[in-house]
Amino acid sequence: MNRTARRKFVSGLVVLLCGLAVVVALVPLFFVFAYVLQKGFSSLNWDFFTKMPKPVGESGGGMANAMLGTLYLIAIASVLAIPVGVIAGVYLSEYGKKPFGSLVRFTADVLNGVPSIVIGIFAYGLAVLPVKHFSALAGGLALGFMMVPIITRTTEELLNLVPGSLREGSLALGATRARAAFSVMVPAALPGIMTGILVALARIAGETAPLLFTAFNNRFFSARLDQPISSLPVQIYTYAVAPYEDWHRQAWAGALVLVGFVFVFSVLARVVTRRLERMHRT
Amino acid sequence: MSDTLEASVDVPAEPQTAAPNSGREGRSEAPPKGARLRMESRKLNFSYGPKQALWDISLQIPEKTVTAFIGPSGCGKSTYLRCLNRMNDIIPDTRVEGEVLLDGSDIYGPGTDVVDLRRRVGMVFQKSNPFPKSIFDNVAYGLRINGLCARSEIPGRVEKALRRSALWEEVKDRLDTSAMGLSGGQQQRLCIARALAVEPEVLLMDEPCSALDPIATTKVEELIHELKVDFTIVIVTHNMQQAARVSESTAFFMLGRLVEHDRTEKIFTNPGQKITEDYITGRFG
Repeated sequence: MNRTARRKFVSGLVVLLCGLAVVVALVPLFFVFAYVLQKGFSSLNWDFFTKMPKPVGESGGGMANAMLGTLYLIAIASVLAIPVGVIAGVYLSEYGKKPFGSLVRFTADVLNGVPSIVIGIFAYGLAVLPVKHFSALAGGLALGFMMVPIITRTTEELLNLVPGSLREGSLALGATRARAAFSVMVPAALPGIMTGILVALARIAGETAPLLFTAFNNRFFSARLDQPISSLPVQIYTYAVAPYEDWHRQAWAGALVLVGFVFVFSVLARVVTRRLERMHRT
Repeated sequence: MSDTLEASVDVPAEPQTAAPNSGREGRSEAPPKGARLRMESRKLNFSYGPKQALWDISLQIPEKTVTAFIGPSGCGKSTYLRCLNRMNDIIPDTRVEGEVLLDGSDIYGPGTDVVDLRRRVGMVFQKSNPFPKSIFDNVAYGLRINGLCARSEIPGRVEKALRRSALWEEVKDRLDTSAMGLSGGQQQRLCIARALAVEPEVLLMDEPCSALDPIATTKVEELIHELKVDFTIVIVTHNMQQAARVSESTAFFMLGRLVEHDRTEKIFTNPGQKITEDYITGRFG
């Protein structure tokens, strides 16, 4: 084989391998999605979205409380985690060159890798044990802990991508360092920061483990922060391990809705990013 | 040119005789005699870490004139410019020795508020750097962060700054659109408007036309010509014709040292140093 032919062969082989890797990565995803769709879609009906769970033994009912509960928990987690995460990211990007910055960065990465059950136990010790009962706040706290490192690191990375000339321009007009960061750098990086936040939301939306000992579960819906609250992942888990055929079907439907939630967050992340970017660049 | 300057004799805040060029082997000559000084550096040394970039720069910048800095790349002219509003402070591991006086007080002295200094000594950068905000918000930015005027006065100040930078007619109908949609030349004039809005005393311009086409360059130069009535302007340029066109006095830098500083006319027709002549006539650089 002459050199050109050999080169073409190797190149084709590499392209083939890349394509193969993509297929291997996507096939399980496709099957999971197809299976959930097939199993769950048949159990979806209007009642599922609007009704509360029925008592054991009665068929029918829905997961309205769990869906609302998941959104509620996500809201609590966001309120707690977004300010902390974004401000910590600004710190790392603007002042984080010192050793303390590296420590914070390392801690955030470790926190990101901590199994979610451990985060759940931590939130349990922090917010459940002292008051002796499960609460929505504890659940939101656990989810918030998981969001913080993701938001912090994306915020930092996106801020690092903003041209330093913008910071200089702001400082040259008499801005303080902090002022420059929050009035110019953060707005310039906003599309990316929003994406980071939505990715974090998609990540925590499906978490079950941190909620098992914190938000626990509730057959009803309560908007009170100090009461247990239902959530889709925990409800799915509860129904899936129960011995009732009807609950199994509802668990599949719940899984489908949950996947739908994550899907919506991901699409939203794309749309928001593109919209904000267009606003900035033209 | 020199006549007008000498005619505008004012009582200098710093007596001209205090110019430290006496011991400088004639390397730095005083700018046109008689003009009131706005800024002055005395034996300014500057280094990035172990690498010294500026050596004993003593230079005087008279009020309401245009002072141009020329010299080959890496000669320190931009570094020196950035010393005048302490923009180098944000670069880690830099060291400054000597004094830079603004209206007679040392800006590196302990009593200086850097934020206030940078409001008084504005800066326009080589690459236009409009904020990703609307045109209006770009110009209003300095006013807002410094709380310089009542909220109701902001639109008027923005208009005034945009008129001064000869941009008003082009953007008055699209003030709320993004500044990123402007052309390169418009963006640079927007950056000038942004700097002017806070009414600085001195305006530093770091190669403001290097990324602009000839027409936009002409506009900026005309602008500089109008602005020197109200502001003291210092401009770094690679373009010697530009220095000759816009400035009253010119300083030639070389290898981190100030070679000479004199009336522009003299620098370009009869420079005091051989090396200046060589540079200006294009024998190197």
